[in-house]
Amino acid sequence: MMPNPPIAMLAELTHRCPLACAYCSNPLDLIAAKQELDTETWARVFAEAAALGVLQIHLSGGEPAARRDLERLMAAASGAGLYTNLITSGIGLTRARLEALVDAGMDHIQLSLQGTNAAVADRVGGYKGGFDRKMALAEAIADLGIPLTLNAVMHRQNLDDLPATIEMAVRLGARRIEVACVQFQGWALKNRSALQPTRAQVTCAKEIVADATERLSGVLAVDFVPPDYYADYPKACMGGWGSTGLNVAPDGRVLPCHAAEIIPGLTFPNVRETGLAAIWNDSAAFNAFRGTDWLPDACKSCARVTRDFGGCRCQAMALAGDPFAMDPVCRHSPHRAKVDALLAAEGRNEWEYRMMPARKV
Amino acid sequence: MTAPSDPIFTLPRGVRLKWDAVRACHVLLGPERALMLDDIGHAIMTELDGASRVSDIAARLAARFSAPVDVVQPDVADFLAGLHAKRLLEAR
Ligand code: SF4
Ligand code: SF4
Repeated sequence: MMPNPPIAMLAELTHRCPLACAYCSNPLDLIAAKQELDTETWARVFAEAAALGVLQIHLSGGEPAARRDLERLMAAASGAGLYTNLITSGIGLTRARLEALVDAGMDHIQLSLQGTNAAVADRVGGYKGGFDRKMALAEAIADLGIPLTLNAVMHRQNLDDLPATIEMAVRLGARRIEVACVQFQGWALKNRSALQPTRAQVTCAKEIVADATERLSGVLAVDFVPPDYYADYPKACMGGWGSTGLNVAPDGRVLPCHAAEIIPGLTFPNVRETGLAAIWNDSAAFNAFRGTDWLPDACKSCARVTRDFGGCRCQAMALAGDPFAMDPVCRHSPHRAKVDALLAAEGRNEWEYRMMPARKV
Repeated sequence: MTAPSDPIFTLPRGVRLKWDAVRACHVLLGPERALMLDDIGHAIMTELDGASRVSDIAARLAARFSAPVDVVQPDVADFLAGLHAKRLLEAR
């Protein structure tokens, strides 16, 4: 049976990034600049994506502004008929570059926020002066009238600043704020114990979000991604593995999910060799967890299965050591005790910054 | 902020309609959203001309589909208010 076409594509243009966020969800092995796809190849992939049925493209990284051809890539994506979203920390962008991106057809910007003041933000991002530059850029975005979503990654160290974070979104003229609790994938897994929010923080955050949603209706849309580990049931994997979206890594490998590399035994086809449609429809990696046939019996007979598809494959791998297991967050999982033990044990306050390989020397 | 009682809804920058040739349907595209529109949804969206109030749009659609306006109007109002709450429309 042919799968439905994908709706969204995440194009990770580069892994290069001036920030060093402790919560970075990119893989531990970063791809070097010389392995990145060139402008023409990206342009071809964008056209193939549109033909396959992709409607939205997220130009992301790393920091996409680290690509000097970002404006040309934007023009290619927009020219292919895709709705274009730039996911950026703002570092490396200027007003002039913003104007060029708008001319190239950029529809929307998603600006990440590491904190609401320089002290917190620069500590989380590991980049001094980053916050001030980001605020200057946010003003330019507002001035140019570019639709803006503020993307606030929240964790134990900043969840108490949630009200200030929401107010900042309003002040910056954002239409949407995404309050996303750190997902423990990639680098963030290393810092889980310093980032994991407390139960009290989560309860409080839910109330703040509910209040803001109501109070700011028509001004600011608030989307909240609660942290997984405190839930009784897992979140659906992006609407189901290989069902709505795909990721293209900087070197051209196509992944069903950006964390999928931790799953052993999957090989990810590369757009340099294979067409995007064939990858989506026929590759073993995309078919590995499609549908529900592969799930354990306990999930197959569970009423929630069509809602969460057994949860996150990467989390099953990371916590249960088995990508075919039900998500250990689930109350029915034999591994749930491990999750509870982790929650009870977390308490460290230091973290390891994300480092590009070159910066280690 | 709630919308006025009979508002003029408009599409803000960054939200647009598109014909999706692959799925053969109209879609409304906005930040992180792609809504597949049925014929009625699309008919309502194409009535947004920047000047018409909800009541004007309901009256035109009622005439076009030969339906009573007091049945059409609440549906149109709900549909547009829902999009407004998601910040996919501006109201004035
Ligand atoms: S497998 Fe997990 S990390 Fe990957 S997309 Fe699904 S939910 Fe997200
Ligand atoms: S048993 Fe499986 S399908 Fe049911 S809630 Fe848990 S993970 Fe989801």
